[in-house]
Amino acid sequence: MSGPADTAWRVGSVSRISKETPSAARIVLDVDGWPGNDAGQHLDIRLTAPDGYTATRSYSIASAGPGMVVDLAVDKLPDGEVSPFLVDDVMAGDKLEVHGPLGGWFVWRPDAASSPVQLIGGGSGVVPLIAMLRSHHDTADATPFRLLYSLRTPEDTFFPEVLKDADVDYVYTRRAPDGWPTPAGRLTKDVLAASVFAAAEKPRVFLCGSTGFVETVAAWLVELGHDPRMIRTERFGGT
Amino acid sequence: MSFITRGFSGRSHDRDPRLPPGQTEVSDWPVLSAGPTPRVDTEEWEFSIRTENGAHTWTWDQFMALKIDDVSTDIHCVTHWSKLGTSWRGVSIDTLFEGIETSHDFVMAHSYGGYTTNVPLDELLNGQAWIAFEFDGEPLEAEHGGPARLIVPHLYFWKSAKWVRGLVTMPNDDPGFWEQSGYHIHGDPWKEERYW
Repeated sequence: MSGPADTAWRVGSVSRISKETPSAARIVLDVDGWPGNDAGQHLDIRLTAPDGYTATRSYSIASAGPGMVVDLAVDKLPDGEVSPFLVDDVMAGDKLEVHGPLGGWFVWRPDAASSPVQLIGGGSGVVPLIAMLRSHHDTADATPFRLLYSLRTPEDTFFPEVLKDADVDYVYTRRAPDGWPTPAGRLTKDVLAASVFAAAEKPRVFLCGSTGFVETVAAWLVELGHDPRMIRTERFGGT
Repeated sequence: MSFITRGFSGRSHDRDPRLPPGQTEVSDWPVLSAGPTPRVDTEEWEFSIRTENGAHTWTWDQFMALKIDDVSTDIHCVTHWSKLGTSWRGVSIDTLFEGIETSHDFVMAHSYGGYTTNVPLDELLNGQAWIAFEFDGEPLEAEHGGPARLIVPHLYFWKSAKWVRGLVTMPNDDPGFWEQSGYHIHGDPWKEERYW
């Protein structure tokens, strides 16, 4: 394969890989020449087999700002081809081809704007929102931020050390922590309404998760009076 | 610069020749949208073409009375998935442009919800693009762009504007929504024209 796009592939060295949840790994890459990235952007990873076969996938970046260190959190899709390799087989010191940063829409830049920011993440859809929370924290930005995080169990929490300093509402869909005030169950429209900035506050909304989660929650937000133009979505799908 | 990834062998090495570089075949149909899905009733739906010489508008019923094509084609998303042998029904852009004159070389597609995407006019004509309202024998679902979407299968699928409501010709190749946010101005999957 050749062409102009190839010139933009960079080498990312895995400086650390650790278990993030029972099904996901956190991967820290040192990317030579990385220009830094905005919170919410993603990158492409390309794997090449000895016979030249390649597989390329996009992953959200969990970090933001200048510098050449990029944090990823990759959830293993049971039937996946690339994510099981990244989660189970990659070791510190490995080199991966990466291209990015990519995406100029699902991004948040520190701006101390008047309108608050509501983040809503389902499962590993929280990853780009983690980058936004970190950017918000690191730049001491004064914009009000809230996160609504739907996840299966407490063990599925991504980046707990980032979340502990943030204003987070958790919805546990399969099993809640001991002593949690409400039983585990799917997010409902009522819980959504009670957990996010009201439409009257004109929040900017960043919503990321599976297609079903995003479709459902986006439709509820519009029904609750949120301006569709204020809602930015990102979905993951496929393998 | 490509190098072998330690330990990676991959799943299937019999690449379907219909897959452009960097693409993987999927059997499901992932959804990518920048915002909430607009819900547009066919009672209210309109489609128009505007040129420097004026506008032509069709209601849903008028649109359904036009010549309808069956289209079988592969589709390729910039996020690395392709779906092979999809079947659609819709009205070709050739049919819609019959009797319409323009000196403009480019088109901006506009959607309900505010999405836009730019395409050269000569890449919409000659059997290369349709306004499709049926997928796999069923009405096109809203999350996939229903009631009607543009399909331009030879370009990455972000060019195939969901919830399309009109085409506006223009003298220059102005960038649309994703084209302003990092995606390639043209988007040929066989040349991997993904990003700026």
